[in-house]
Amino acid sequence: MNISQHFPVMIVIIPLISAVIIPLIGRIRRIYGWYVSIAATFSSFLISISLLMTVFEKGRISYWLGNWEPPWGIEYVVDYLSGFVLVVISFIAFIITVYSIKSVGKEIPEHRITPFYSIYMLFVAGLLGMIITGDIFNLYVFIEISSLAGYALIAAGRKRDALIASYNYLILGTIAATFILLGIGYLYMVTGTLNMADLRERLPLLYDSKVVRTAFAFFTVGLSIKIALFPLHIWLPNAYTHAPSVVGALQAATATKVGVYAMIRIMFTVFKPQFILEVVPVSQIFLFLSAVAIIAGSVLAIGQRDIRRMLAYSSIGQIGYIVLGIALANKSSIIGSLIHILNHALMKGGLFLVVGAVVYKTGITDIDDFKGLGKRMPFSMAAFTIGALSMVGVPLTVGFVSKWYLALGALQAGMWVFVPVILISSLLSAVYFWRVINNIYFKDDGVPARIDDAPAGMLMPAFTLAACCIIFGIAAFIPVYITGFAAEMLLRG
Amino acid sequence: MIEIFLGKYNYWIYITLMMIGFYAMIAKHNLIKKIIGMNIFQTAVFLFYISIAKVKGGTAPIVWEEAIQYDNPLPHVLILTAIVVSVSTTAVALALIIRIYKAYGSIEEDKILEMNN
Amino acid sequence: MEIITSVKPLLVVSVSLLGVLLIAASARKPNLRESWTILTALTKFSLVVSMLPLILKGNVIEYFLISVLPGLDIKFRVDAFGIFFALTSSFLWIINSFYSIGYMRALKEHAQTRFYVCFAIALSATMGIAFSANIFTLFIFYEALTICTYPLVIHKETPEAIRGGKRYLTYLLGTSIGFQLFAIFLTYNIAGTLEFSNHGILAGKGSDFLLTIIFILFIAGIGKGALMPFHSWLPAAMVAPTPVSALLHAVAVVKAGVFTIIKIVLFVFGVDLASKLGLGHGLAYLASFTIIAASIVALRQDNLKLRLAYSTISQLSYIILGVALLSPDGITGGIMHIIIHAFGKITLFFTAGAIYVATHKTNISELDGIGKQMPFTMTAFTIASLSMIGIPPAAGFISKWYLVLGSIEAHQIPIIIVIAASTILNACYFLPIVYAAFFKELPPGEKRERKEAPAFMVVSLMLTAIGTLFLFFYSSALLDLVNIVTAGVTGGN
Repeated sequence: MNISQHFPVMIVIIPLISAVIIPLIGRIRRIYGWYVSIAATFSSFLISISLLMTVFEKGRISYWLGNWEPPWGIEYVVDYLSGFVLVVISFIAFIITVYSIKSVGKEIPEHRITPFYSIYMLFVAGLLGMIITGDIFNLYVFIEISSLAGYALIAAGRKRDALIASYNYLILGTIAATFILLGIGYLYMVTGTLNMADLRERLPLLYDSKVVRTAFAFFTVGLSIKIALFPLHIWLPNAYTHAPSVVGALQAATATKVGVYAMIRIMFTVFKPQFILEVVPVSQIFLFLSAVAIIAGSVLAIGQRDIRRMLAYSSIGQIGYIVLGIALANKSSIIGSLIHILNHALMKGGLFLVVGAVVYKTGITDIDDFKGLGKRMPFSMAAFTIGALSMVGVPLTVGFVSKWYLALGALQAGMWVFVPVILISSLLSAVYFWRVINNIYFKDDGVPARIDDAPAGMLMPAFTLAACCIIFGIAAFIPVYITGFAAEMLLRG
Repeated sequence: MIEIFLGKYNYWIYITLMMIGFYAMIAKHNLIKKIIGMNIFQTAVFLFYISIAKVKGGTAPIVWEEAIQYDNPLPHVLILTAIVVSVSTTAVALALIIRIYKAYGSIEEDKILEMNN
Repeated sequence: MEIITSVKPLLVVSVSLLGVLLIAASARKPNLRESWTILTALTKFSLVVSMLPLILKGNVIEYFLISVLPGLDIKFRVDAFGIFFALTSSFLWIINSFYSIGYMRALKEHAQTRFYVCFAIALSATMGIAFSANIFTLFIFYEALTICTYPLVIHKETPEAIRGGKRYLTYLLGTSIGFQLFAIFLTYNIAGTLEFSNHGILAGKGSDFLLTIIFILFIAGIGKGALMPFHSWLPAAMVAPTPVSALLHAVAVVKAGVFTIIKIVLFVFGVDLASKLGLGHGLAYLASFTIIAASIVALRQDNLKLRLAYSTISQLSYIILGVALLSPDGITGGIMHIIIHAFGKITLFFTAGAIYVATHKTNISELDGIGKQMPFTMTAFTIASLSMIGIPPAAGFISKWYLVLGSIEAHQIPIIIVIAASTILNACYFLPIVYAAFFKELPPGEKRERKEAPAFMVVSLMLTAIGTLFLFFYSSALLDLVNIVTAGVTGGN
């Protein structure tokens, strides 16, 4: 009996158990809660790497929960796609956990730190579960685990606006989740199964059924709210702005990405590509919506004064990119989407971490107050600049790689109109980041001279993410190789 | 026509309930009322699940001699899970409302928005 | 022709990055810092020269650095055309460094370390452009050049400088991301490669319409070439300190623009394809328009640097015009004009800076009788003006000669008229300055005494002025180099 056989379940179980252990061990010393979180996320990260390597060695891993054979039992699936996303998300979660303690110590009352980490672990467990599960009802449960934990985390923000933001998110999130639940019900009604692979086998005969189409509609709308696809994004800016810095980073870097992953699963694994392309041409709707999201997100970001709100609107645009690639549904575009998941997780995570460090040191979030920060916090701002470059899509950053593949995908699909959309939004993001960069480096007054750079515990994680933006921008063949397999797998009819 | 209304009455009930709940969630200004709407909304979906589990002439899914056909037990189990989720959501929402009330002194959405601006 | 693999191109590019470290490290010791700049410039130039013999024998030096994505390599290739541009820029950098020292110290400018650092990076980027083996590498260095010259443009940090900088970035980044990148996507999509080749890579790869679109996107996307209507960043960039205007906005940046255009016309489209589609003619007429229009605008400028800037816009179009004629002599004339205009225009800017340092005069109307105060400076100015107009024994004659020959070869009589008209216009906007400087009386209240700028500056500008004469008498060595280029692109193999 080999322990590595149980890796698929352990990746979820470890953070889940940590969520229970932390309140106990946190009674001894509060800092222990943080240690446990680091250990949990790090082991999840290691396990996910090992799983991805196993996938490359032996192919798809199917884990039967409680040894019940699917489709009756719950199946956990690791393939190229889920393996890749698992690595990305667990890595980001690990980095942000390492970063968290200083920021959390400053922004959250001391007696709430232990419960904070407990909920934090629940959130991570929910996300990892969403990725690895091969059962559609199980997916719903994990969506709700991560969402509920997410509401609580956002509500931990310093200002009372955080409560309202969290409440609004809860209402919309519940509508979304209930829609997904309803969609699951419809599919179960006509197929009698909840297993994704099994559904894939059974559904094609029923593609003309109104029930199946209704189910798909509910999934689409529900998940679109979850990923904040324009115009269903209204919960997102407030949630990211008022959440504690660490939570903002975690939510921005992981939550919506996993939502998109779930969407890919529904569209390409539960349904087949031909369903969204030919039977019910929703891909057309998504193409249109994503183009609007890309432009609108960037335009709205330009008008913001609060840097976190600016980043939040930029996220809405970036989600548009990912959805665009999915909707184009060819190999290049899906590679572009998947790399953009990585890219956006890295850069947006890194940017939010830097903003967290600035808040930790100075408490400012208004872009106009950033003047001269480049001299006071040179290292933090260097990391910020790298993240911004990647967001704009400058060559040699991973942002360029994803945009390159998205543009190629658009050309290959004969939809060249989307190339200008991508380029224009790159320019727009250059505009809104330029405002910040210009204030940071080329204006003098503002930040008091006594401010110095953030502590190493915050800088290192931010720099790790920034460095990854460049590493994967130059050694782009690594993510391209992995996502290439994932894209082929998804498009297999 | 009658067939559509009466023959599928379970669907009509669930749709009506769902829309009532949905309306309350969107249109009500009182935060508690929104949560009540949310519960109705979710319950509607639960009822839908339960109703599709019914098999004509089926009995409770317990093994006994006279049983020939069982109702499908799986949706029941699923809904047990979903109820747990729903209760948790309500708990989180109520906790939030308590804190909102402490912070703003009101649970009327329009008043809170006024205070924020 | 032999392909030799050597690390030298990479060294040429990276030597000034190494210099940057040394310059930044000795920020507190100005003398040491400037020695590093000079040393770096000398090293760079001698490295370029050391490659010259091999190139003159008709060989090509290549160095492959890394492959970012399939078909997207960072790769250097030194050919005759590349080394021609590299020689020009790296040689003038040496002189310009001496000049900068005089200028920056005489005016006690702030942030001098930033100035020298950005300057060194800009030269790295210029060398990168010169030695790019494919459009992708070229694009990276092209963008790098834009970004690292921004701090130089806004060096004074006055509101006017910031405004100028904004326009600078908007035009250069806007066109390159909006159009050039789009064109690169399309090129890669249809040709499958971005590698420069003597006969182009696009022939027969797409419909005429598509190829024309790509061509237009490329030309519009290379804002650095300052073709109208994308020229107005260049006058805006004149807020920069004069050494920047001299080397970057008369030589490195703008020549990088025309260099890129030539690369696209000759090495991506190829002479055959460009003439088959009539693209050369279109470009030639656009260039002609720019030549005349910019000259007329130059006539109306009273600010000396602005007049020089418009003159640059007009002269750049000579280069483009020559190549757009697509005849061997035209191409020769265009390429020769790169170096000839570089020497002439840098001299003119040097004198403008010298006048500013010595007398704080910036307007042409104030220059009456200044030749009596600054005889050396104004003699150099006269020589350079002659070169601009194209009067022997200044080098400008050679390029104009070839341009006329080229137009006859291409049966483009209207172009000859354009060249003649612009020569008259050139004379109209330069000779009055010379006349006023030497033959008009000084304004009342000013003494007839020597007021030359510091020796560093005067010697530099004398050197470049002598250079323009030297080029006239010893042009054959350069013509050998240019002949390799023209033979390659127009010859059989």
